[in-house]
Amino acid sequence: MDPNEGDILECDILVIGGGPLGNTAARFAAKNCSERVMVIEKRQEIGSPVRCAEGISLSWLDELEIEKSEHFINRRVLGAKLYSPSGYNMTLGKEIAGDEVGAVVERDIFDKEMAVLAAREGVDFMLKTSALDVIEEEGIIKGVKARRMGSNFEIHADLVIGADGFESQIGRWAGLYGTLPLKDIMSCFQYRMTNIDFDPHYTHFYLGSEAPGGYIWIFPKDDVSANVGLGIQLSQLDGSKSPKDYLDEFVEKHDWLNQGREVDMVSGGVSVGPPPEKVTKDGLMLVGDASRVVDPITGGGIANGMKQAKIAGEVAAEAIEENDTSEEFLQRYENRWRERLEDKLWRNYLAKEKAVELDDDEFDMIIDALSDEKIEEMSTEAILKAVGDKYPELVESFEDML
Amino acid sequence: MSLEINHDRCMHCAACVGSCPENSLFLREFILEVDESCVECGICVKACPIDALKLRGD
Repeated sequence: MDPNEGDILECDILVIGGGPLGNTAARFAAKNCSERVMVIEKRQEIGSPVRCAEGISLSWLDELEIEKSEHFINRRVLGAKLYSPSGYNMTLGKEIAGDEVGAVVERDIFDKEMAVLAAREGVDFMLKTSALDVIEEEGIIKGVKARRMGSNFEIHADLVIGADGFESQIGRWAGLYGTLPLKDIMSCFQYRMTNIDFDPHYTHFYLGSEAPGGYIWIFPKDDVSANVGLGIQLSQLDGSKSPKDYLDEFVEKHDWLNQGREVDMVSGGVSVGPPPEKVTKDGLMLVGDASRVVDPITGGGIANGMKQAKIAGEVAAEAIEENDTSEEFLQRYENRWRERLEDKLWRNYLAKEKAVELDDDEFDMIIDALSDEKIEEMSTEAILKAVGDKYPELVESFEDML
Repeated sequence: MSLEINHDRCMHCAACVGSCPENSLFLREFILEVDESCVECGICVKACPIDALKLRGD
């Protein structure tokens, strides 16, 4: 079963990366065509270690044909609480908090569940297998060079799907990426903490210079435990403190946190740039974080990525059935995912560009203004109107954007 | 100058890999490596959430 040095394996659709998007793309590909679909994953275990804050919306699960299982849904929250640097706060009810945070999940269990769904459609997996390079002939991606348990071998495929995350090598090797500017990269660090004293029915977000260009999150895991983390924009880091240092300071400062115990640590990078120009070439599609479709405001990637992965799988099946994996054919994928996600990505990117310029006083003013208002819906327009009624000068720069 | 990886601190999250403009860093399961294409720009040092990377003078 283990490949030997120099072997050449064949499949029709090869997915690089066994995260939830890779497995979802594979699942919908296998469901819609009868050919061989394979996923390779560098880790020995799908879903572990977790690299996520685990606060997600549940709104897209139906579309993805995923049962809302209590196996992976830890809890549904009542809403989100936002805090400004001086302690103003506001609460967004569940119905208006937008579609990003509705529940806290167990990502390791969720990710394995996605693999199970893919396996039921006949997808094959190869764990502990790293892609070392793409095999490219006359500009067409033909597969990858891979390594598993000491053996180097090749996997040839008619179509490769790169689902290898923020650090995507596939996108880089295939020449699909430009360099990300520092302002479009977040560096994140998180503790799972227990023995803390907080309101476990809400997600909590702390805005301002304690997490420059990002925010601090507290996502409940049980009544006395939470994922406590932050993301900081690289352009706002001067090298004197790491994101972990920022988080340690925040934890130390708050009595309700500093008596807690750390039971887990997570780190990671997130891209928060504009939607990419191109995520396909002959024989290749990128999905999810690898295609840089993370929501620039929230830094959440899974909702966009899962929707995109389903489309990728469906188009992959069509491409194989019609025996055409050219970039021209794969334009179907570009068109469908952009139709679905691109406008919102642009809007939230532009909003992020403005939001990172806000200083602590301005965050105070905004949260103060919003805490008075009964906001019916959490839309950019509703927020700007509420803030503008109280602090007109603050919203002037945002209005051009709309 | 050279890039020094502190493997005792590294959490294999690949924040550095995704941030590297030269594609000089590579994570194979739980081993982070840097190759000779590194231009010592220091972006990965900033990107690392836990201070596991350092540029060291020769």
